[in-house]
Amino acid sequence: MEYHFQLVHQIKESLGDKAITSVETGIGNPFECVLVVRREDVRKIAEYLKGQRNFQYLMDICGVHYPNREQTLEAVYHFYNRDQKQRVRLKVPHKEGESVPSLTPVYKAANWFEREAFDMMGLKFEGHPDLTRILCHHQFVGHALRKDYPATQNQVCDAPEVFSFPPLPLNEDEDVLTNQRTLVNIGPSHPATHGTFRIYAELQGERIMRAKAEIGYLHRCFEKMAETHKYQQVIPYTDRLNYLSAPMNNAGYCRAVEKLIGIEIPARAQYIRVILNELSRIIDHLVCIGTTSVDMGALTTFWFCFRQRENVYELFEALCGNRMLTTITRVGGVYGDIDDEWKRRCTGVIKTLRETIDEVDRLLTNNKIWLNRMKGTGYVSQANAIDYGFTGPCLRAAGVDHDLRKAEPYYDYDRLEFDVPVFTDSDNFARYMVRMEEMRQSCRLVEQAIAKIPDGPIQVNDPKIVLPPKAEVYTNIEALMNHFMLVINGIQPPKGEIYSYTEAANGELGFYIVSDGTGYPYRVKVRPPCFPIYSSFEETITGGQIADAVATLGQFNVVAGELDR
Amino acid sequence: MKTLTPIEQLPLFTTQIKAFINWTRKNALWPLPFGTACCGIEYMAVVGSHYDISRLGAEVVRFSPRQADLLIVAGTITEKMAPVLRQIYEQMPEPKWVISMGVCASSGGFYRAYHTVQGIQSIVPVDAYVPGCPPTPEAVFQAVIKLQEKISKGDTPSQRLVAKKKMAELTSGNLENTGS
Ligand code: SF4
Repeated sequence: MEYHFQLVHQIKESLGDKAITSVETGIGNPFECVLVVRREDVRKIAEYLKGQRNFQYLMDICGVHYPNREQTLEAVYHFYNRDQKQRVRLKVPHKEGESVPSLTPVYKAANWFEREAFDMMGLKFEGHPDLTRILCHHQFVGHALRKDYPATQNQVCDAPEVFSFPPLPLNEDEDVLTNQRTLVNIGPSHPATHGTFRIYAELQGERIMRAKAEIGYLHRCFEKMAETHKYQQVIPYTDRLNYLSAPMNNAGYCRAVEKLIGIEIPARAQYIRVILNELSRIIDHLVCIGTTSVDMGALTTFWFCFRQRENVYELFEALCGNRMLTTITRVGGVYGDIDDEWKRRCTGVIKTLRETIDEVDRLLTNNKIWLNRMKGTGYVSQANAIDYGFTGPCLRAAGVDHDLRKAEPYYDYDRLEFDVPVFTDSDNFARYMVRMEEMRQSCRLVEQAIAKIPDGPIQVNDPKIVLPPKAEVYTNIEALMNHFMLVINGIQPPKGEIYSYTEAANGELGFYIVSDGTGYPYRVKVRPPCFPIYSSFEETITGGQIADAVATLGQFNVVAGELDR
Repeated sequence: MKTLTPIEQLPLFTTQIKAFINWTRKNALWPLPFGTACCGIEYMAVVGSHYDISRLGAEVVRFSPRQADLLIVAGTITEKMAPVLRQIYEQMPEPKWVISMGVCASSGGFYRAYHTVQGIQSIVPVDAYVPGCPPTPEAVFQAVIKLQEKISKGDTPSQRLVAKKKMAELTSGNLENTGS
């Protein structure tokens, strides 16, 4: 509080009294300060926050549409100060047709986030270098997340967008043969992209001179779907964000809603979430390393990794009924409880996992081809990584010791022992090493959590939030009523908004939820960790070999479901 | 009892060349995984060491449409992706087959949304649909087996199309181009 007071005071002092229209208190996070500001001041405030208050990270930008207000549009910014763990949310209400100054000159991360806000919500950013659509296809008309855009109105796209680079100035005495440029189009369906990315590159020999990354091929409208479903119905959709580690998204979303309501889940549920989160972190990293090694020609490692993934899938299946997309958490707890048999199996799986990690280590870490391909490629300087909003393994590979599980511990992470691996080379090899070490640490975490898990309920005891047990619904009139009311009305958090974040496999997974007091979320914005990471891709690969771009893409671990939502 | 002709008395078995070709085709499917989303990851499990699709002879994954005859659409197809899928399908040599893996590809799934194609049958002809979100690897296997049955009977739309083209060529007297 003290800090926020000071902050507000100082902003007013340096930028004038009018700079801040009002101050709101954030819900659920004492370190968060919410400021409503005028649109013409945004750039100045951002510069002030970054330059003098050490808010190095721009975490997210999004828009919210309020058709009933006078100022129908609102741009929302999230800033983060890592040293003091402070967060600032700027809200900039403005009218249709007005524009907000772009933050691209201040933060590199702003570039893609602003494009997204433009595409989805129609916000205009003055001074943005390339304010074009990013998720929807280029023939799309309108802005899909506006409240008046129907969720089911499809628009057909008949041909992929054609790209071109501006012509280079002709140089007479250039040697045509050695300097000839070739244009290649990689993706969106290409084995090296394992997903749906398109990279359009201009090559000179094997070197990438200019590149353009296009995304949105898997934009399946998560945010619109979330607005048209009740809070509890959104959980299955969150699975499909980062489908490599589904339980983590479940937990991240449910935690946001829980904070919005203001409840704390029982200790046992927290531990179950920790176990599932760490298991999914391991399998996420296994896929990342496995698929990168396929791209480098090491198929064996891929089989090894997938064999272990299969073991974890079986654990998930025993607990949740589905192998991959588990939908295991509920708002207010978890759905399935673990028993001794499951614990025993899990301990066994962890043992084989450790063996496999060592095996992969032996196969890759000192492998000459692997070293040649990974060392020194995909370099992103630390300053750039921070400016682009990197989080997770990619940030830790750039020498920044930041892990939300340690920095702002949630659940019982502060009572479990683990280390945060940090490497400083910031190349693909460092990212690989961070992931290898993190898997070992996650194994430790799972073992400790299994040993320490307390007894008790797995869901909060509140009929307005969790469904009563099925047996009671059939026998008890009150339970039947509660069941009915909850299914019909949904969970109804109080009016308000929240930005909640967890450390997912790729970094900070944030959920910004605006509630209007009904059973449907008014707005859900996901801050996918790989979106800012991938926004640096064009810059990272330019000047490098085209084969290295493949390694970089693999080690950035971009997951299309999360990137495009 | 029927008297055997001299040729039938030889220690040989006879078959139709067409049946033989279909038999080879069905046991050597070369899939092109068009994996866009979560189902694509599950497809990796289908190919992976535990389930191992090579048991059905369909493990030679080709990422070039020109070398593949089975298109496995695994994942959500968005409006932006639709023209790409069509293009890839058209680049595949005939006869070719399509498996639609997962509810997203089959019907849009629970994404009744503005940017999701509501079923790929509006873009490419589908031979087998696999329900599930994601389908279990066993379900994908079953689809491949079903498809193999259809292929050995020779009555998939693509095979019929090829046969029809052949027929047309033959009847138009253009006998020089009948080589398979
Ligand atoms: S069917 Fe389910 S698992 Fe498959 S792509 Fe769609 S959402 Fe993902």
